[in-house]
Amino acid sequence: MKSWLPFEWIAALRFLREGRMQSLLIVVGVGVGVAVIVFMSALLSGLQANLVRRTLSSQAHVVLLPAEEVARPQGTTGEEAIRLQKQAQRLRSIDQWQQIRDRLHDWQEIAAVSPVASGPAFVVRGDANKAITLIGIDPAHYNRVISLSDRLTAGQLRVGAGEAVIGIELAKDLGADVGDKLRISSAGSAAETLTITGLFDLGNKGVNARNVYVGLRTGQTLLDLVGGVSSIELALYDLDEAERVAQRIAAQTGLIADSWIRTNAQFVTALTSQRVSSNVIRFFVGLSVAFGIASVLVVSVIQRSREIGILRAMGATQAQMRRIFLLQGGIVGFCGSLLGSGLAWSFLLMWQLMARNPDGTPLFVIAFEPLLVGVAAGGAGLVGILAALLPARRAASLDPVVAIRG
Amino acid sequence: MAEPVLHLEGIRKAYGSGDTEYEVLHGIDLRLERGEFAALIGPSGSGKSTLLNLIGLLDRPTAGRLVIDGEETSALDDTGLTRLRGQRIGFVFQHHHLIPAFTAEENVAMPQLVALGWPNAAMFARAGALLARVGLAERRQQLANRLSGGQQQRVAIARALMMAPSLVLADEPTGNLDTHSADEVFALLREVNEQLGTSFLIVTHDPRLAKRCDRVIELIDGTVVADRPNALR
Repeated sequence: MKSWLPFEWIAALRFLREGRMQSLLIVVGVGVGVAVIVFMSALLSGLQANLVRRTLSSQAHVVLLPAEEVARPQGTTGEEAIRLQKQAQRLRSIDQWQQIRDRLHDWQEIAAVSPVASGPAFVVRGDANKAITLIGIDPAHYNRVISLSDRLTAGQLRVGAGEAVIGIELAKDLGADVGDKLRISSAGSAAETLTITGLFDLGNKGVNARNVYVGLRTGQTLLDLVGGVSSIELALYDLDEAERVAQRIAAQTGLIADSWIRTNAQFVTALTSQRVSSNVIRFFVGLSVAFGIASVLVVSVIQRSREIGILRAMGATQAQMRRIFLLQGGIVGFCGSLLGSGLAWSFLLMWQLMARNPDGTPLFVIAFEPLLVGVAAGGAGLVGILAALLPARRAASLDPVVAIRG
Repeated sequence: MAEPVLHLEGIRKAYGSGDTEYEVLHGIDLRLERGEFAALIGPSGSGKSTLLNLIGLLDRPTAGRLVIDGEETSALDDTGLTRLRGQRIGFVFQHHHLIPAFTAEENVAMPQLVALGWPNAAMFARAGALLARVGLAERRQQLANRLSGGQQQRVAIARALMMAPSLVLADEPTGNLDTHSADEVFALLREVNEQLGTSFLIVTHDPRLAKRCDRVIELIDGTVVADRPNALR
């Protein structure tokens, strides 16, 4: 016996080795189960991360807007019935936005703060006339909220005086390119001619056809928001915290705070449903793995009852017998999880190679996280031990006399 | 008078309960002194194996007093019985009952491995020495199921001696062997008894072997009907 492992480990490993075909089959069975779980988890988290990334490519995690204006009745006597018509909302600046911005900079949940002056406008080029959303930004800050510079397809992110960056769809509609001039006029009387310095593709056709980025000062001037901003856009470190952070900001500032979760409620519900259904599938796969291990070990206890009796006759305690079978369950689970993780990794590689966009780029990036393998290994080991509880109890409680007689 | 290695007083064993209760052993009294080499004989169904299981602490009597090596067993729980069994009693079964997943040496070392929980070099040195004693030094690394029947039984004898027990219980130790192998195995048991002073209680159907023991205890229908020194030896 070259191994210097404890007795229970030696016995568990020898029993598994002796029934190697049976052990191999159950390890493969566990491996397939673990592969399904790991593959599904990696695929799903990759898919969801990709969907969220695409959704948030043109959206801030939290957008702060001025509180709604509310119409107030004047000169009522209390005896008249009053019907108040809801007031139309006009483009307004956030009061004291500099102070709010500075306060938000200190929040540890917030990664970036970008004041924005945005509103409706028209763009004219030749005979073409399009309604647009004019967005005045400070590129250094805005780029940390929405990574515009990474999404440029031509030119550069330069929005100084007289400069604008437009989407590729709008450029196509207007027949314009980098270096061309546009005339932008707001709903008021302000108008300015701007030079296109860059084209962007934010992965959303509507956004690419509508958004026009200009400098913050230009936006303020064109939208009649001199010195003001219409919104403050935030990027957070943790996307899932967006709604909670939004509610805290709203409570503290009195502003309207829209999180991406609320703005995309249906999308988030779809993601949650997908996650729940995936968890249900994973649970049942895990359960079938556990039953597989348990059934093999139950058979093993019956097959080895004579050996169990001999070991008991030689002084092995019930606890030792129990541990031998629990270890077998754990070892089978652990080995199966390693095999399963390897299989899942191969499947994911194949998926990356086969699932491609028409341009040959991967459909979406799947991150194969070592942590997932660790969780799968630990989880399958634990499931193996739990599945072995019943057979182990049975082995421990075998009457040595009956067991020896077989 | 020295403490006997085995002392039974009024041992009864019944199976079932109420109307279906069936008593197999009806008040057995027995003493086995240190170094004795005794045969337990009797027809099938006489209660030999049941008695051996009780003496081996594999089962509990319904009534009576059972003392092994001076230790009263009736008050012991399962752990206590297991400890006493592992340390004081060696077993040799008819079908040798080696564990096929282990080598001859590992099978011999098993009682000590079970008791200590961890293997060590001294354990295997002793196992090797015991295998040499039974003439199987060359076969120590062979898996148990690769050995012949006689060799397996010799390994089982070596295993029974691993903990240097006070008492070895052998249930038909030669029952599955041809005459030549049976004689060899019996001679080995006898040699161990004489050299180490280990007490032996051997269940056998073979009158030829029973005649070669120091004492013959005859059990019929759960009662000791004869207990005599073997004059023929």
